[in-house]
Order: sequence, then C-alpha cells, then structure tokens
Amino acid sequence: MPVLTERKTQPQYDVIVVGSGAGGGMAAMILALNGVKVLMIEAGRNYEPVKETPMFNTPEMAPLHGAATPDRPFGFYDSNVGGWQVPGEPYTNKHGTEGDFWWWRARMLGGRTNHWGRISLRFGEFDFKPKSRDGLGVDWPVNYADIAPWYDRVEQLIGVYGENDGIANAPNSSPGVLMPPPKPRVGELLAKKAGRKLGVPVVAAHRAVLSQPMDWKNLPKVLFPNNPKAQEIIGKDMMSRAACFWATNCIRGCSIRANFQSTTVLLPPALATGNLDIITDAMVREVLLDDSGKATGVHYIDKVTRRDAIAKARVVILAASTCETSRILLNSKSRDKAGLANSSGQVGRNLMDSVGTRLGAHIPAMEDLPPMNEDGAGGLHTYVPWWLVNEHAKLGFARGYHIEMGGGRQMPEVKSFGYLDSTSPGVYGRKLKEEARRYYGAQFGFSGRGEMLPNKDCYSELDPNVVDQWGIPVLRFHWKWSDHEIKQAEHMQQTFAAMIEGMGGKAKPLSGADAIQRPGEIIHEVGTARMGDKAAESVTNQYCQTWDVKNLFLMDGSVLPSNPDKNPTLTILALAWRSSEWLMEEMKRGNI
Amino acid sequence: MSESSPISRRNALKGLLGGAAGAAAVPAIAAPNQTEPAPPVHASRFVFHDPDFMGGVKFPWEKLLTAEELATTKALADLILPKDETSPAASEVGVPDFINEWVSADYPAHQEDRETIRGGLGWLNTESFKRFEKRFEELAEAQQTQIADDICGAPEVKQEHRVGAVFFKRFRQLCVGGYYSHSQTWKSLGYVGNISIGGPYPGVLPEVIEKLGLQDVV
Repeated sequence: MPVLTERKTQPQYDVIVVGSGAGGGMAAMILALNGVKVLMIEAGRNYEPVKETPMFNTPEMAPLHGAATPDRPFGFYDSNVGGWQVPGEPYTNKHGTEGDFWWWRARMLGGRTNHWGRISLRFGEFDFKPKSRDGLGVDWPVNYADIAPWYDRVEQLIGVYGENDGIANAPNSSPGVLMPPPKPRVGELLAKKAGRKLGVPVVAAHRAVLSQPMDWKNLPKVLFPNNPKAQEIIGKDMMSRAACFWATNCIRGCSIRANFQSTTVLLPPALATGNLDIITDAMVREVLLDDSGKATGVHYIDKVTRRDAIAKARVVILAASTCETSRILLNSKSRDKAGLANSSGQVGRNLMDSVGTRLGAHIPAMEDLPPMNEDGAGGLHTYVPWWLVNEHAKLGFARGYHIEMGGGRQMPEVKSFGYLDSTSPGVYGRKLKEEARRYYGAQFGFSGRGEMLPNKDCYSELDPNVVDQWGIPVLRFHWKWSDHEIKQAEHMQQTFAAMIEGMGGKAKPLSGADAIQRPGEIIHEVGTARMGDKAAESVTNQYCQTWDVKNLFLMDGSVLPSNPDKNPTLTILALAWRSSEWLMEEMKRGNI
Repeated sequence: MSESSPISRRNALKGLLGGAAGAAAVPAIAAPNQTEPAPPVHASRFVFHDPDFMGGVKFPWEKLLTAEELATTKALADLILPKDETSPAASEVGVPDFINEWVSADYPAHQEDRETIRGGLGWLNTESFKRFEKRFEELAEAQQTQIADDICGAPEVKQEHRVGAVFFKRFRQLCVGGYYSHSQTWKSLGYVGNISIGGPYPGVLPEVIEKLGLQDVV
C-alpha cells in the first residue's frame, strides 16, 4: 500500500483527518474520491493486512500456543497492535471511582476496524429518539429516516450479510442491499429451537463479511452517481475483494479482504485517487487555531524522530476514537482553558460503553456428533435482536440488549478444554483422550450487548499530574453504573440460562452485579462529544461540525448522543459518509 | 529489549517494574463491580505487544525448566496423553516444551503456575524416590500409575497427597491445552476446519439435523 513514508507532508491540505479507522477512513475516502486533498494522521504504525494477516497460522506456531496474555487479551493472533495498555501511553482512573475504566487503543493503520467483530446492526427509529420515548438521556438531532439511506450505502460499499426480519426497532435494509447470510451452525440451530419456545427470536446476524463476490459492475454506479473516476476506482477495488472462504477468525484481519477493515476497504481506493497522503506514527497533540478562532491545522509528535511538527489545512476532522478525540479537544487550550469546542462543557462527558455479560455451558445434545467444519464466517451466523422493546414498563430497566452466541467445533485453543475438569475429573491416559473427543464441540455460550444510559458519573477529563511519553496530558476516567445497567445484566443472565436449559444444558447464571463486565471491556465506548440540536447542550451539530469552530469536525464514536445495543461501527461509518458529503457542500458554498 | 533475542528474566522483570513506575499506577480498588486493576504495561515493544507474523515469532523469555525437570514433565505428560491408534503421544507434539514456555512466561498467572509445576515435579520425584528409590521418569508404567492414581483427584485424595493433587490438576490442564492446540491432534479430536471452502458455507449435516430434530428451524 503506497503510504507516505518519507515523513514529509505538503505545506497545505484541504482537509486533515486524524485517525484512520471507521470514521477517519470513510471521511478520507469520500473526500479523496471527490478531489479533495487530504492528509491522514495516524498515531500507530503502518499496517498491511494483505501481507501481515496470520490467516491459517495454527496455535503451535505461536509462543504459548497462541494463548491470551495480558498483552494480547484476545489471543496471540488478534490483529490489534495496542490493547487496554499501550507502552508509554498511560491513563488513570480517579481514586474512589466505582469501577476502573479500561481504555482500549489501537495503534495501527485502520485502528480497531482491524480487530472488531464485524457485527453491523442499524440503530432503529426508537434509538434515535430515546428521550422522547422514556424520558431518559437525550434525543439525537436526526431520526432514522435521515440516516437510513446512508446505512444502505455503507452496507453496499462494505458488504454486509444478513436478513430483513421486520422486528420492531431492528430496521430492514432496502431490498437487495444485504448479502445472503451463511447457514447456521448446529449450536445456533439448537438455540433457535430453544428460543422459539421462549419467544426469543434467533435470526441471521448482520456482519460485514462478503458471503459472495461483490457486484462490482453495478454498485459503483449506485453509490457514486455522476463521479466516473470514483466508479472506476471503487469498481476495481470491489472486483479484487474475495468472498469469504469460511476459515479463520475475523479478528486476525483478512488478507483476502473478505471482511471490512478500513485498511482493506476504505484506504486502498482513497489512496488510488492520488488525493490522500498518510503519515503514520504521528501522535496529534492539539488542534491549532488562528486569531479568529478557526482551525488552521494540528500539532503532532512524530514518534519516530520525537520531533514536534505542524500540519495545516482548511478543515480539520478528528476521528481519533471516542476518548482520544475528546483528549485532543481538552488538550487544545490556545483560547480556552476548558478546551476546544467545549462551550457546552460536554467534551469528555457522557462516556458510555455497552453492558456486557456472558454465560456458557456444556450442551449434551452436541456431544459425539460427526465432525463438521464450523469455522464459518469467522464470527457468529445468528443473533437475537432486542425482542422486548415494547415491554420496558414491566422490566424495570430502560433499554435493551441483543444476544450474540458461539461455541461448537471452533479451532482448539489452549483454554478450550477447561470443561474436562468437570466432565472428567481424575481421568488420564487413553480414557482422557476418549472423553476429550466426546465432549469437544459441545460447549456453547451467549453474550449480551446492552445499551447503557449516559450518566453524570461516567466521564473523562485531563489528569492534572500525568503525561504520556510524548509529553501529552493523559485522560483520567470516572465511572459508575446505574441500576438500569445492573438490572439489564441480570435479565441477560436469566435469559441466557433459560436458553441454555432449553438446549438441554445446565446453567449457573450470576447476579447482574457479578456478571457485568468491566467498563471499557466491551470496547464500544462512545459519547464524549455528543451531537445535538443546541450549541448549549452538545458539541457538534447533526453533521459532526463543532458548534464553536466551523471548520472542525468530529467523525467517530464521540458524537453519539446515546449508545444503542447495536455496536457502533456501522453508524460511525454512516455518519462519517453523510457528514463528509455535507462538508463538501459547505466548502463549495463558501461557508467553510 | 530486542524482538529476536531472548530476554533474560532479570531484564524482563526490570522492564515490567520500569513500566509500572513510568506509567501512572492504576489503583486497584475493591468495588462491587470491579476487582482487578488494568493489565501491566511494558517498557518497550516486544513480541507479545506487536508480533511480526511474517518474520517468525520467537518465545521472548529464557526457558527455565532444567533437563531433569523436562524429563519428568515428558514422562508424566505421556502418561496423561499416551499415543493411541489415531493420535500421537504428548511428547511427540512438543507438550513438554509448551509447558516449559508456559511456566517461564513472565506474567503473574504464569509465575503462579511456575511455582505449582516446579514444586509439583519436585514432589513427584520425592514420592517416586520414597516408594521406588528412582526418579519418576525411571519408573515402570505400573509404578508411575500407582502414584498418579493417588494424586489424580478421583475418587478422593489423602491428606499426604494433597500437594501432588493440586499439581496434577494444573499439570493435566496444561497438558491437554498444549496438546489439543497442536494442529497434529485435530483430526483425531474432530476439528476439521482451518481450510478454505469454495461457494456457500455448507451448514449442518442432514443426519445431524435429523438426529437433533432441527428440521423446523433450518
């Protein structure tokens, strides 16, 4: 991939994009396809999935047979460079805060799109107007109809499998947009059967994985009408993406480009335009302003040479990830000690992650089945959308969750065999091998991903005493779950237990307080610079433009006013595309 | 700390301490929903932080088990997972070396395992010596089995064998984990993935659908 490696930049760009993940990648590609000169600045290293992905590597080729370690919590072959700790880049938690927030960082080109689960769920009509519905949190400045066409476009651009189920608040895509989902695995079918009796709908998952080749002849015209150059570039790129060959876990990345990563889907066509320069290993410290209060560029640290540097442009887009974007704003203090674009005081506030719990069990019906290849699409084929969206009055918590599931005959790992402690205590010798064979593939589990309400106790601010190795003040987090999240977690556990019992297993559900995973552990943190209708209550307008600085945009999870259960990536992509189109119109109109 | 050369334990430990001091310490606070601090930081890039998948990945720490400890490890591993008609013995797929890596890694959980495994290997040889005046790996299989039966945990463990039983349980977990995570054992186990398939994903076998009564949910 032709990346600007000379560490030289042009004296002036139209737009600087900070960050190269879902939001930054989308913004850079849309702008570059339309002739805008863009500089992308990425804090991590260059990363080339086509060359670097360990697609078929087996565990014994890795240290510790690839087991998860504190440095590689998702196993050795996870693509992510970074994690909950990045050497030399600390963060802190306020003493006395209820739960330590774990801040996941990706320090690589493409950001966390290289690692994510590819689960691509649309927010629904209720999700955009939550306060109108239950009086809690805030409404978005847009409704579902505003965003629906952009969801269609994103799904067609990146390739998403799934089905339209007509379930309330789990929107259908337009006809022909989704790719066919892969058939369910045996555990998923057993879950579907159990779900029927319980009224829990197990339906096709929506994931950004190509289940068939892309329609490279027609889609480019649909997506980029009146832009022949974009059609040509995107057409060529779509043609060169292969369909999934049903092997290897998506979190390793994908060298055949069958799943969505910014580095395989957005950045190659963006670079093919010749309108994009990328500089990696460059850590943005702050946004620079002129005397009139307009952004003029950014101040960054070149990590390789440890030199301070400046890049200039007409427009600055921050897409550095939710917390990093708010950190850059808080560190940009040339005019106001409260930080940049923070006249509302909302920068760093309203930090939300997803509520997560999980429960698994041994399912006797799955024992001793004939061997089947259950690798599939490298992630789930089925899921459960929130099915009680009209029942909240009875539930005692405000918002819903969806259920993800997995198990069966997955690639054996070091920690896959814990079940033998309970199925076969004391057994060794040939009999142990017989029991391992009998029980392998008979484990199945569920995880919930639930919507958390924004609350005043969950936020980030600058730590007054600590800087990272680049001299940049670090974030300090504050956290407290509300009863809504704890009760929701409890409901998840009860539902999972009922599903497991329905599948013939024995479940041991935990209480909500014991089951809920750590703040930040689900890696869906959003909301630290929310969009809104009014400058007094929000940081940006509906087009991700900051109220205070007209040529400063935020195009990542930071702008989300709420955090629906549906995993934020698809929505970040849709908002970034929509906002980039609006930005170009404003530039043409001379407003920016 | 270069990526290719093994790091001595002393240096690795220094690195860990330096990292913890250089970064702001994340306080460990006992709270209802939160019991552990964030994982440790490393002072510089190394194989577990940013592996070079293209360049061959080496275990970054000094391996600590001695030749004698490894001989005992091999004997016990092969007793737990012997060769059979469809699958190799534990030592044929490198389980002793895997256990050596495991107990030599400088993460807190692995340091605990190091104490359990090293102490347990020592206990096992002393027990062998008391009963048969030989090291464990020098015993006949029936003699090895006599000791293993006393510490395997079923049906129950006598007071004097408790140390051995704690060791055996953890040792068996590591054996099984190291063994079945090796691709040469997969066919026998019944894992048939990690190969590319053309066309649509095939789904569940018809006879399985029928056996489990899943016809109405396909």
